Amino acid sequence: MKHFVIIAILVVVSTFLVNTGLNSIGLLPEQASAQSIGIDRLFGYHIWMISFLFSLIVVTLVYGLIVFRRKKGETGDGAHIEGNTGLEILWTMIPLLVVIYFAYIGAQSLGETRRVDPTAMEIKVIAGQWYWRFEYPDSGVVSTELYLPVDQQAVLRMESLDVIHSFWVPEFRVKQDLVPGQVTELRITPIALGEYKVLCSELCGASHAYMNARVVVLSAEDFDAWITDQASTVIEDPVVRGKRLSEQNGCIACHSVDGSQKIGPTWAGLYESEVPLVDGSSVIADEDFLLRSIVDPNSQVVEGYSAGVMPATYGDILDVTQLGDIIAYIKSLK
Amino acid sequence: MKKFFSLGLVRGLVFELIGTALGIGFITGIRALMGLETKGAFGFSEPAWVFGALLGAVCFMVGVGVLRDWFKWARGEETEEHHDDSHLGWRRYFGPSLDHKVIGIQYLITALVLMVFGGLFALIFRTELAKSGLQFLTTTFKVFDQSGLQLYNTLMSLHGMVMIVSILLGIAALMNYAVPLLIGARDMAFPRLNAFSFWIAVPAGVILLSSLFLGGFETGWTGYPPLSARAPLGMQMFFLGVSLAGFSSIFGALNIIVTVIRMRAPGMNPFRMPIFVWAAIATSIISLTATQLIGLSFQMVMFQRLFGVGFFDPAQGGNPVLFQHLFWFYSHPAVYVFVLPGLGLISELLPVFVRKPLFGYKWVAMSSLGIALVGFLVWGHHMFTSGMAEYLRVPFMYSTLLVAVPTGVKFFSWVGTVWRGKIEFPTPMLFILAGIVVFLLGGLTGPPNATVSTDLHLHDTYFIVGHFHDTMFGGYIFPFFAALYFWYPKVTGRRMNEVLGKIHFWLMTPSFLVLTLAMMRVGLLGMRRRIADYDPALGFDPSHLVMTIAGFLIALSILVFFINLIYSVKRGELATGNLWNSRSPEWQAPSPMPAHNYEQPFEVVGEPYDYGLPGSAYVNMKGNDHDGNQ
Repeated sequence: MKHFVIIAILVVVSTFLVNTGLNSIGLLPEQASAQSIGIDRLFGYHIWMISFLFSLIVVTLVYGLIVFRRKKGETGDGAHIEGNTGLEILWTMIPLLVVIYFAYIGAQSLGETRRVDPTAMEIKVIAGQWYWRFEYPDSGVVSTELYLPVDQQAVLRMESLDVIHSFWVPEFRVKQDLVPGQVTELRITPIALGEYKVLCSELCGASHAYMNARVVVLSAEDFDAWITDQASTVIEDPVVRGKRLSEQNGCIACHSVDGSQKIGPTWAGLYESEVPLVDGSSVIADEDFLLRSIVDPNSQVVEGYSAGVMPATYGDILDVTQLGDIIAYIKSLK
Repeated sequence: MKKFFSLGLVRGLVFELIGTALGIGFITGIRALMGLETKGAFGFSEPAWVFGALLGAVCFMVGVGVLRDWFKWARGEETEEHHDDSHLGWRRYFGPSLDHKVIGIQYLITALVLMVFGGLFALIFRTELAKSGLQFLTTTFKVFDQSGLQLYNTLMSLHGMVMIVSILLGIAALMNYAVPLLIGARDMAFPRLNAFSFWIAVPAGVILLSSLFLGGFETGWTGYPPLSARAPLGMQMFFLGVSLAGFSSIFGALNIIVTVIRMRAPGMNPFRMPIFVWAAIATSIISLTATQLIGLSFQMVMFQRLFGVGFFDPAQGGNPVLFQHLFWFYSHPAVYVFVLPGLGLISELLPVFVRKPLFGYKWVAMSSLGIALVGFLVWGHHMFTSGMAEYLRVPFMYSTLLVAVPTGVKFFSWVGTVWRGKIEFPTPMLFILAGIVVFLLGGLTGPPNATVSTDLHLHDTYFIVGHFHDTMFGGYIFPFFAALYFWYPKVTGRRMNEVLGKIHFWLMTPSFLVLTLAMMRVGLLGMRRRIADYDPALGFDPSHLVMTIAGFLIALSILVFFINLIYSVKRGELATGNLWNSRSPEWQAPSPMPAHNYEQPFEVVGEPYDYGLPGSAYVNMKGNDHDGNQ
């Protein structure tokens, strides 16, 4: 009996110590969305349960190992105890009730994160290897950074153009895959001004680690100002338009503009240079070469690179003016 | 030279090479006649490579000689029931032996070789992760037609699958060696199928590893399309290698189930079986019935690539999420395949060192079956963020959390077993105890992944990586090492060195705990899994450096283990008797175990774990002597 009293005290003390320890080291990132509050509350319950069960098993086990270790010169076996049906029923039924309760509050928590605000602002999220693009249907603004107004639910309708990607901002907690051929939905209500990052969290190929974009949460006024500014700016210079298009369509994820080595050939100094091809020949990179490289990339693969890496779909995605803009941008990179 | 070629393994590998060349030539010839493209990545078209690898595997099986008896039977010739190959000495380990103990050792060596490969892959990418930025796997780095980033992905993916195959072979090793001995059978029910199950794993492993040299693949061990549908040639080798390894699992499981049902010693009713046998049955039920699904999902992607059947291609009306359902229908229960034998080992060995009966034997036995059955209904928890139908998330949350109940029964029973024992701490016991604690950490970090809303944060982060490694080490690696230290004398007649064993333990355990706790910590704070580089602004650099050092310490401890393993074969302390003072039948026979196991069938006369009950016995080694039948 004495043993059980000591163990009970140790388990209680250990539970509080573990729980306090875990919480004090800062387990989770900043709470920046309304969804994160409910999720973190559930995390809190989990951490209590982990602290308790860890203490219960480890304290009892270690205590037993110390107290019932074979002492020097001791022979023979331990006590002949085969089991205890009452205890077994107890430690089957209590955990059963606890997990059902956890599933119940888990379902409630899920409901909370999915709560629909009918006035939510819709944003279209497009992902591809390896870029994010955000489109604001109300104003027609297209951006490579996600701007959100604070305290206003945003409903993200998300599509992938190639493989599976996943939208995750750790400070917002929630995550949703983008699946080709399907529109998935995610609701986020930012509650703190600041800058965050959306990280692609489903392996999507070589540059998966770098498929990140800036997320900016602004006050309602600042956000409106940003939208107005973006919507009213008409860019006259094709080079600037081309630069933006190359960002919005993921070109620069693989082609550097400063001569550094990425997955595809660099654009710096490309125009009018002599380009060696895998078949041993070489060509001068004129406008015609650049256009063919964009719309039919496998027809002329550059030496040192592989066919099939660059998507062959840009001819369908971009219109003639846009292609011209991108070529103008490449030409400007001396 | 002739003697060298007479080794089944060598013959098999030569045949595999020839078969691969023939297969490639055959398809290339047909394509040339049809006017199709015959060249491709690495010289030949993808169909030629795939058919070549498949034919190579078939030729390996012919070359190694494992089909010989079946061919003879087909021709109407008789063969011996059991080939006695003990005169071959060490050479029988390199050929198609029918002895379950030899096959067990063959499985074990193969599992250890693959474990070394998997571990080396991990060390390479762990080194890359020690610091943010790219260290040596840079974009300008090129090897095997892969840039540094692609090679990182290939190594990370191969680490996963090579370790999984290693684990499957490791548990097959333990079950093959121990189950017939524990139940008093002369051998497995189907010795030839048993040899087939082992040998198919060899070409499977070769093909799986060849993916590294054939362009690699960038998908992780999960191989999700559409990414896997457009990955390099290595992807096909990965799919084919895993599909072939699946045969090993399925046939092996069938053999275990039949052996246990049909060949138990007289008197061994189900609740008098050693508890490890219950675990082997539970794990075999899963392997026998679920492995097909991962094979199916992988073959569907192979067909999509080879024949353009758009199962998972949305442009052709396919659905990428379907793959995930098929894949996880096996791959979640698979983790119970990996851990149930290990948990069975904990229950099997704990009473020996505590000198007390296993607490609540029937409950522990039933909990293994419970985990196996509930395990079939939980696969959806891998897909909470996948875009599957939303209403499915809540039922999968309930079913997933239910797994905690039978798992809890095991922990409580282990603690109950320890209570009031007379506990000894030789090396196998240390690994058993660490296994309990590490598996506890893995178990307790499970429920936050099971409740949907918290999983939305945790999914695809390093938290999952840490959680998973805890379950694998606690449920497999630690008990596996315990079993090797425990049964080594049974195989060799000598015991492994205790000092080296304890160095192995005290190096590996703290390093491993640091490694996985750090993984979970950075995961919670925003470290994604499967990335070669991370933002230095996150401040993860020191944690990753610690993880890398811990990883290398684990590797060092494994090196100590291998030195011990090899050193003790010849130089270990002699241990021919009942070294651990166990009640189990195999320890009542001499070590090393005689070729035909027990001289005569033993009879079960008591409970398996009645330590502390004076005058009791589990088995009567004189078998049926008392009723005069023998």
